[in-house]
Amino acid sequence: MPKAKVTFADIGITLTVPAGTRLIEVSERVGAAITYGCREGECGTCLTQVLAGAEHLADPSVLEDQVLKNMFAPRGHRLACQAQVLDGEVVVKPA
Amino acid sequence: MQTRTMSAPTQAAARIQPGQALAIADGVHWVGALDPDLRTFDIVLATANGTTYNSYVVRGERGVAVIDTVKAAFAPEFFRRLESVCRYDEIRAIVLNHLEPDHSGALPELMQRAPEAHVYLSSRAPMMFKALLKATDITPAAFTLVQTGSRLDLGGRTLAFYQTPFLHWPDTQCTYVPELGLLFSGDVFGCHFCDDRLFNDKVGDFRFSFEYYYAHIMRPFRQHVLAALDLLEPLALTLIAPAHGPVLRQNPRHYLARYRQLAAGRLDEQMVGEKTLLIFYLSAYGATRMMAEAIATGAEAETGVRVSLYDLEVGDVSPFIDLIETADGIVIGSPTLNGDAAKPVWELLASLHTIHVRGKLGAAFGSYGWSGEAVAMMEDRLKGLRLHVPFEGLRLKLVPTEEELAQCQELGRKLAHHLVTPPGELCAAAA
Ligand code: FES
Ligand SMILES: [Fe+2]
Ligand SMILES: [Fe+2]
Repeated sequence: MPKAKVTFADIGITLTVPAGTRLIEVSERVGAAITYGCREGECGTCLTQVLAGAEHLADPSVLEDQVLKNMFAPRGHRLACQAQVLDGEVVVKPA
Repeated sequence: MQTRTMSAPTQAAARIQPGQALAIADGVHWVGALDPDLRTFDIVLATANGTTYNSYVVRGERGVAVIDTVKAAFAPEFFRRLESVCRYDEIRAIVLNHLEPDHSGALPELMQRAPEAHVYLSSRAPMMFKALLKATDITPAAFTLVQTGSRLDLGGRTLAFYQTPFLHWPDTQCTYVPELGLLFSGDVFGCHFCDDRLFNDKVGDFRFSFEYYYAHIMRPFRQHVLAALDLLEPLALTLIAPAHGPVLRQNPRHYLARYRQLAAGRLDEQMVGEKTLLIFYLSAYGATRMMAEAIATGAEAETGVRVSLYDLEVGDVSPFIDLIETADGIVIGSPTLNGDAAKPVWELLASLHTIHVRGKLGAAFGSYGWSGEAVAMMEDRLKGLRLHVPFEGLRLKLVPTEEELAQCQELGRKLAHHLVTPPGELCAAAA
């Protein structure tokens, strides 16, 4: 199965995950400070800054895009409950 | 001789007067509202002598900024105080450090009274801002989103913004005036305490309120508190002006140090390099207790894990909450009584939302007579609190056999091993 690497910069932990993993599936397990609200891509609580490897995340859905717009999220920001890691190396931290 | 009439420390404390602002620094006034009769805040917080909603006005050479407003019911009081120090057409900026209704209640009306004013919000706040205005006919167009590093020059007075998310909502921020060493800290360093002498060196003893407020509002966001302190500690501070309770002018640093102590966690220093696993149980006839002891024995076999065993029958669960806050894993055991876990177990589980437990390791176990629902119920609660529950709980009928106790030991061993395995390896193993 294809793998990818995710680094949670706030706690300095890197882990290998299967392709398609959403950040939400691993961030709480390792104790990263990304905080969740609705967990369904609606509230924007889980806003996360992608420090590197944004191209290795699946494109945002229409809903995620809309929420990011509503929040005026700067470039390079994603919702951790939505963003899926595809391959390569991705570095994130709570926004 | 001539200093005698001026000497502030011996003077009786100035009291907040109706309709009058109170100066807290050069060109800065408190224009908030007192709510001495409030006894419960946000449904759950006891407020023994009420609270205050603190709003402030900062005057620069090029205009005036209003920092936060008050709860809607107190708007008339707030506007009277505001009018005692500025005209609405002088207001250039309205800064909201936090959009919860206790601070944003008078915002829509202020925006109408001061149409020239521009609103400054944290970049995490716009969705809440829109939600706040949706019932009004104000179009939330004129607002600027700020983040750590953003500054606003009022002429001789600068507002520098520091994002402190989750203290107490995602949108929370602090606003700092470098020329005065003055921090408008929002809910941070605040407390529910109402005293019209306003300053920390004049009001009654409010230490319990400060601690209580931390415990209920800030404590669940311990990691965010530590991040915020990293951001705020380097600032020169002569005055902290929070959104509730006394203005902190005497030894303001004390309050940062206290937050640091509270957030650091009491056991951390003693536990360097060691993982902690706490096992809690209740036992009716001794079977669940035997299981707990076997789990402990299994876990202790792993080096690098300190295992503690506690009987919940002693009653008060609050000391355990302190322990759990800094533990790496918790295991909870209860017999099934009438299809449910025992009450002290629920008391423990019900209190866990007051601390940060997300991502900790969790597991449940218990013995039962003829139906064994308690284990699944405890597991559901642990999962609902976002603990990581990788191993299925153990339910055993009546008195455990040798073989069943070996299963308990095995569960303990797996839990302890999980704690000492780096997260990267665990995820790779699961992949
Ligand atoms: S948690 Fe609500 S959008 Fe991600
Ligand atoms: Fe609040
Ligand atoms: Fe508040």
